[in-house]
Amino acid sequence: MMDFIMANAPALLIAVPMLGAFALPLVGRLGDTPRNGWILAVTLITAIIAALLAWTVLTGGPVLYTFGAASSSDAIPADSGGIPIRIIFTVDAMSAFMALFAAFVGFITCLYSVASERLSSGKDGYYALMLLLLVGILGMVTTGDLFNFFVFLEINSLAGAALVAYRIDKGVSVEAALKYGFLSTLAGLMVLYAIGLLYGQYDSLNMAVIASRMSYTMLDKVALALLIAGLALKAGAVPLHFWTPDAYSMAPAAVTAFLVVASQAGLYGLFRVLFSVYGLTLNYVTVGWAVIILGVLSMVVGVTMAIPQKDVKRLMAYHAVSQSGYMLLGVGVGLVVLGDAAAMDAFGRTAMEGGIFHIVNHAMYKGLLFLTAGAIFLQTGTRNLNKMGGLGHSMKWTMLFFIIGALAIAGIPPFNGFASKLMIYESVFAFSPVIAVIAMVVSILTLASFVKVFHAIFMGPQQPKYADVIEVPRPMLVAMGALALLTILMGIFPEQIVSTVIAPAANALIDQSAYVATVFGGV
Amino acid sequence: MNMSNLVRSGANIMMPFILVYGFYIVVHGHLTPGGGFQGGAVIATAVVLLMVAYSRADVFASIPKNVLKNSETAGLLLFIGTALLALTAGIAFFGNWLLGAGSLFGTPVAFGINPGDINTGGIIPILNIAVGIEVLGAMGILLLVMLGGMKGDAE
Repeated sequence: MMDFIMANAPALLIAVPMLGAFALPLVGRLGDTPRNGWILAVTLITAIIAALLAWTVLTGGPVLYTFGAASSSDAIPADSGGIPIRIIFTVDAMSAFMALFAAFVGFITCLYSVASERLSSGKDGYYALMLLLLVGILGMVTTGDLFNFFVFLEINSLAGAALVAYRIDKGVSVEAALKYGFLSTLAGLMVLYAIGLLYGQYDSLNMAVIASRMSYTMLDKVALALLIAGLALKAGAVPLHFWTPDAYSMAPAAVTAFLVVASQAGLYGLFRVLFSVYGLTLNYVTVGWAVIILGVLSMVVGVTMAIPQKDVKRLMAYHAVSQSGYMLLGVGVGLVVLGDAAAMDAFGRTAMEGGIFHIVNHAMYKGLLFLTAGAIFLQTGTRNLNKMGGLGHSMKWTMLFFIIGALAIAGIPPFNGFASKLMIYESVFAFSPVIAVIAMVVSILTLASFVKVFHAIFMGPQQPKYADVIEVPRPMLVAMGALALLTILMGIFPEQIVSTVIAPAANALIDQSAYVATVFGGV
Repeated sequence: MNMSNLVRSGANIMMPFILVYGFYIVVHGHLTPGGGFQGGAVIATAVVLLMVAYSRADVFASIPKNVLKNSETAGLLLFIGTALLALTAGIAFFGNWLLGAGSLFGTPVAFGINPGDINTGGIIPILNIAVGIEVLGAMGILLLVMLGGMKGDAE
């Protein structure tokens, strides 16, 4: 049994949540309790499979899975002339790392939904879409085939847009969902067009094959620009961030926390294309600076837009844009020095590790913050900061979790945001002191903004209109508590996490030849 | 509002032909152009024909939403189940475990030009049928939802 799961882990990672989603209309007929049990079991099993897969990859090197073949490791059939013709999942350390925390956040958000959506109607569709969103994310981060990547990107976008519209709220959320849906489709079409350009030139859709044949022609540059624009839109980087405040603020809190991971899958796609598909053939200094500029713009614009917001989830959405800037900055610095081994060892690798570490940290503390905002919205019925106050008297656990999330996002030790931000500050300072100073100022503004939010929500005397507000149900507290615990643990033991998970992931991005050899080495 | 007797009789006569044609496209998906999606869409056009000819109440009465929902679920489960059974046969996910086995859809494909044998293709016809069932259900629901969103009849 164990061998069976290990041998088929990449396929089961997609198949289990898909089976869960497809069977949900039947399970849902049995009632709420069986449905909740089903959804939690499916997401938990998916997370366990992702953990097993990550363990396999980290101990035994990249895993290859060929769909539809007689043997899953048979990437290149004997009569194909040395070309992989099937859909191949190429799971290296970076993919495994993304899949692991995406599956974990999927489980946590479903656990939270069990309580937060207990009174809603249409739960069959809600959970089916949550599972399909999980499928989309996991597929995007594990696939080694560009067209397959596009298919999962579309699954991700459509499921996400439908989930944003789940709580109808006088049509406002439908507007946000349409905006998200249209813009994601636009991003998807740009990606598809770029894939067409690459396929026309290199006669293959496999990323490793394209990488091995990449000659960086004019058409490749057009394709690269389209891919960067499309995936940056999906990741919500300034100046393509305009869907994030609407979509993040109108979606139910659990969906928002999961959408953060969904947009990070776009970020993963961007990094994968830049490092693994284009790699050293790229004009990496120019493109690297473009990524850095996207990052710095996201950081600065995101945080300055966040400060005047009065809607707590809208404010957090702008902070999410701002934080994704750190990831772009860290990895962008690594891209600029990709061809310079000395600079890469001096600071480039640390910058990339910081950027990648920040991805998972952000998923944890931003997910936590969105979940606390959802808890407050559930109990008070408002997202307006001016109408809140004194909730610290009645929602003590939520307040504690909010403090943890807020301090982590502001980069205060001993929380995980500090660990990754320190890596980014130090390495970027060696690269360009000005950008490091900007990054620190953005962090201080983030802290200022969250102090204001904390004061507005929790401080002050208990208000009469919130006199009967009580703490949220236990599953929501457990979900938030799990994220809070990880936020603290990853802040206390950053060294262990970086050396076991993050460094292999950064190496997997830097070492393009290893990625290509994963597919071709199986001959 | 019902259309005239002529339109309704025409719809009644065409209905079985459209359904048969749709199912033909589905089950011949591995031999001729078309396949599960296209065939399912053709079958769903039968719903459109009913909508044109008959009143809203008649359409909702004759096509229960639950049947369409069930066929959607059944199609999806058949699809993923067929793919998962490949794992139990010891080959990769979506592997063609029926191909050349001599059983259902298991005849080896004849070499050279031939009229086409429907009993070939392994799991491909099964996946086509699954997609056909899924698409006719999903499209049917979409059409019913769109009909439900229209302004009510004057009568």
